[in-house]
Amino acid sequence: MNDKNKIITGLVIFFLVALFPFWFNLIFGASDAAKGPDPVLTDKAKEAETCVADTQFMRTEHMQLLDQWRDTVVRDGQRIYVVENGNKYEASLSNTCMDCHSNKADFCDKCHNYASVTPYCWDCHTYPEETK
Amino acid sequence: MKAAYLYSLIAVVVLGLIAYAGVEAAGLDVLFGVIIPYLAFIVFLVGFANKVLDWSKSAVPFKIPTTMGQQKSLPWIKQNKIDSPYTTGQVVIRMLLEILLFRSLFKNTRTGFSGERISYKWVIWLWLFAILFHYSFLVVVIRHLRFFAEPVPFFVNFLEQIDGMLQVLLPHMFLSGFALLAGTLLLLVRRVFLPKIVYISRPADYFPLFLITGIAVTGLMMRYLAKVDVIRIKELTMGLATLQPSIPEGGISGLFYVHLFFVSILVAYIPFSKIMHIGGIFLSPTRNTANDTRARRHVNPWNYPVKTHTYEEYEEEFRDKMKEAGIPVEKE
Repeated sequence: MNDKNKIITGLVIFFLVALFPFWFNLIFGASDAAKGPDPVLTDKAKEAETCVADTQFMRTEHMQLLDQWRDTVVRDGQRIYVVENGNKYEASLSNTCMDCHSNKADFCDKCHNYASVTPYCWDCHTYPEETK
Repeated sequence: MKAAYLYSLIAVVVLGLIAYAGVEAAGLDVLFGVIIPYLAFIVFLVGFANKVLDWSKSAVPFKIPTTMGQQKSLPWIKQNKIDSPYTTGQVVIRMLLEILLFRSLFKNTRTGFSGERISYKWVIWLWLFAILFHYSFLVVVIRHLRFFAEPVPFFVNFLEQIDGMLQVLLPHMFLSGFALLAGTLLLLVRRVFLPKIVYISRPADYFPLFLITGIAVTGLMMRYLAKVDVIRIKELTMGLATLQPSIPEGGISGLFYVHLFFVSILVAYIPFSKIMHIGGIFLSPTRNTANDTRARRHVNPWNYPVKTHTYEEYEEEFRDKMKEAGIPVEKE
């Protein structure tokens, strides 16, 4: 069959699809897209210095911890979370986490948006109003 | 070759160990995070184009559609327009159904005996596994655009919402990831346990299946078990996609590099393997030719011009000599 034109058209379309990330970022992307967001720490968070766990753990496992908290609070009525060093925290997203990290837009949302994650935490939980 | 799959399994395990050791022990983050992925992608693009252009040069001397229905005939005989296409439009419909719904696999039958008589039983399993595998793989690939585009395109978000609609586990379980693993394993199990399929399977048939199993397992592990730092990974992948690659500070877990290395191998392997059916399906003459040979003459376009010497020309050349010898001629 002498379908060379059709075949080359198909190949060009395939290449456009395969190269999507390259031209998409070139046209629509921000220049610093390869730099991840820097979540902003509030003064209160800076002052506290330590979270309920170390930073690396919180970066990758915070959702697991919240899930665990939900289970212990809702199912077992256990509201106190004890950290390894003996410190005690109330197991609560709104009252503990967001007490320090009250800046949802600059802390939670920044990374969630970058990684295209849409957690449904705030469908139910309230968060402190952002100060404009 | 009962152990054909062992070669492929061992190859995939060794590849995984190479990537893990290379990053965790030898610190070759740049090699496995930047150089190999780029090389693999270039090999994929060049190899793919090369293969398709090579195919486009092959002669198709005959129209060879395989038909499964009544061809276009007299006006009062009903034509099967999909299974015996006559026009280009009908061919396009047939091709679309083949590519999107795998109709050839759907018509799979198994020959056997029912008592004394031969029987053909409709067997749907291969079609089912194949459709599960291909569509979940497609969804997984599209979902991965969240690592390669910033801002993340709307259709990726949309797909994530649907894929994670069960809202179980944290982070949300994506159905497609598990469907991909299930589909791959089912296709693999066929080739490992069914004697007739083992008999016709070579290491090259098992290798992609083991490799994709490896990709799915490492991917699921990163999401659900051994959590990795997604933000750093996106920094790496966005660096790749914006052609300013760098290894993010703090490093990424070796598991990610195993995943990336498996994907690189798969991508580079595509043009040289059976996975080229991505392109080949479009160029299958048994599917993409119309069954119109009774109406239109098909001339192989690669026919070279044949040198002919007709009788008229012959007589023209030798008329004088023929007359001399007394041979009758048509023209005086």
